[in-house]
Amino acid sequence: MKKGGYLALSLAVATVVLIVIGCVWPVAAAKPFIIKKSLITSSSTPEEAVQNLGQDIEAHDWQKAYESFANKNQFTEQEFELDLTGYTTNLRTYSMLDHFSIWPLHASENKADIRLELDWATVVGTDVDTRNLEVVRSGDHWNVVWPFTKQSTVPPQVIPVNYLRWDVIYRGAGDDWGAQDVDAPRVRIVDMHPVQRADGVLVMGELLNDDVVPAYVSVTATLQAKDKSPIATEGSFDEISHVLLPKQVTPFLIQFPDAQLSEVDSINMKPFAILVPASADPVIEIDNQKFNPAPNASLSGQLVNQSGQVVNVAHVIGTLYDKTGQLVWVADQYVDSALLPQTPVAFNIPIPEDIAKNVSSERTVVATFSFGGAL
Amino acid sequence: MKLVLTFLLGSLILAVIQTAHAQDESLSVPQSVEAGSAFSIQDAGSGEGTLYIVGPGQALRRTVQLGTSVYFPAGSICNAGRYVVILAQAGGTMNRSFDVTPVMAPASLSFLAKPSRLPVGLHDGITGAVYVFDVYHNLIATPTLISFELSSPSGAVQKQLVSTRAGAAWTEMDSTTEEGKSKFVARAGDVSSTSIIRQVPGDPCDLKIGAQPSGGELDLQTAPVRDCSGNPVPDGTIVTFTETYPGGQSTVDVPIKRDIAEVKMPAHDGATITAASGVVLGNQIRWGK
Repeated sequence: MKKGGYLALSLAVATVVLIVIGCVWPVAAAKPFIIKKSLITSSSTPEEAVQNLGQDIEAHDWQKAYESFANKNQFTEQEFELDLTGYTTNLRTYSMLDHFSIWPLHASENKADIRLELDWATVVGTDVDTRNLEVVRSGDHWNVVWPFTKQSTVPPQVIPVNYLRWDVIYRGAGDDWGAQDVDAPRVRIVDMHPVQRADGVLVMGELLNDDVVPAYVSVTATLQAKDKSPIATEGSFDEISHVLLPKQVTPFLIQFPDAQLSEVDSINMKPFAILVPASADPVIEIDNQKFNPAPNASLSGQLVNQSGQVVNVAHVIGTLYDKTGQLVWVADQYVDSALLPQTPVAFNIPIPEDIAKNVSSERTVVATFSFGGAL
Repeated sequence: MKLVLTFLLGSLILAVIQTAHAQDESLSVPQSVEAGSAFSIQDAGSGEGTLYIVGPGQALRRTVQLGTSVYFPAGSICNAGRYVVILAQAGGTMNRSFDVTPVMAPASLSFLAKPSRLPVGLHDGITGAVYVFDVYHNLIATPTLISFELSSPSGAVQKQLVSTRAGAAWTEMDSTTEEGKSKFVARAGDVSSTSIIRQVPGDPCDLKIGAQPSGGELDLQTAPVRDCSGNPVPDGTIVTFTETYPGGQSTVDVPIKRDIAEVKMPAHDGATITAASGVVLGNQIRWGK
């Protein structure tokens, strides 16, 4: 055999070996694209029934999942699918089920309670959806009673919106170098507090738009050693409400993984603001906002969209203070369902137990995004 | 041998320098020329040569009859600066230099006014800087009197006269107590340049809220929100309403529309309602028992 023949043969063998390795041990990114076959097909135990349901949801096999329910006469297959993915476009619409876990809670001869935790991979991180399922025996197999959540709907109507909007005309490319341009908004940091946590240093604070125009904001912090040399520089990324209307305040959180506060002499904070077109709507009310102390400390409440515009993604950022008014924690959560007009949507942000004991008051802001709309 | 050669070469160079000097004296150029104006250059020699004029961003070449005056019409040289004149002829080259100065009359102003937006009642908050240029965009370095005028929306005018130094003049002015768009004008002779400075209200002053029952809810409304100079705070400014009641709290960020911020919130007996805008706190009201 010639040299070229050996090369072709070795390439073919290597390709086959790589394909086999990829199929047997796929990388995480490839998992959603693999057509999965259920490992368990029988439902002879409650755990197997829920395991099968989880696998069907993971494979987007809505029909098979729906057929396995004991209460399918209460809702349609499409309603079941929308119960998981959302009736209106939201964070969950474009997510994939990354993995699921089950915990048996209680079991008797004909009935069992099992908790199913669905971990959805979204563009802003993992979104955990926990459902407590009732599983009932039907002959020699078990069926899940799906806890269907009836989605509230808004009746067809016209909601007049007398909204405010800012548009910006910047200096043109053809203008003289000395021509006047619009200035960036004035913003200032009104509060800042660094803390040491097990996984590094956190710098928390609050930023105020001190101007009369809307601002797109972010904050960068640089930790400096005693000799003024920089230790690390990080930005607030999405742990901030980026669009600030005049006199609006947002909390921010900057994480420095693996940093030690004992090595830090000073922190150089740099707020950044640019002028952007923006709308004053939608107005979101945060209702029944409550700090729930330990155990399972959390900041909970309900978001109520007071405008007519549907909010597809809402980001809740909570600021917690001690009894002296000192900022002690900033926590956030993306709400996984759309905010329809005048329809409350609950949120619950977990708070670390050691922080919770110092919390005396709280403040919450909401950043919103609507598909097809401007800022 | 080496010494002889060095002597001969040195003599030759000296002879050439002497000849060049003699020829330079016969090339007559003006000491300075105003940009864009006509001028002439004269040479006392004979025969034909080529005249080069090289300056900032411009070079001219003319074939000339030596011994005559070479005329350059108006507009031949526009850029101010130092120009070198080189006459190349069969016997060698000669060179001279002259200055082209800007036209004395200002034709345009580059006016930098900062900031474009500032709160009312700020001392020395507005700065203006002017660069004066002639019709050919040469910076006029000679002192020129500049008039700065800031007109408030009510028509009141602040005026300052400043002389340029090295082509630039600058000033500082106070923002007025009245919000609105102010015209900031810089003027040199008949030439002027205008910028718009927006004077905006300051922080809300004396923020007051009231509550009215509306079904099972409370209709909360601010009094017209004004700054400490009495200017209405711009629409879109956020007022945060906070209602604290036993077992919970409700908050909402409401933009001011037509001078007031208004929102409906749930009515809870014993609730305390406050309002704030930025770092300014308003009054507090209690609802129910």
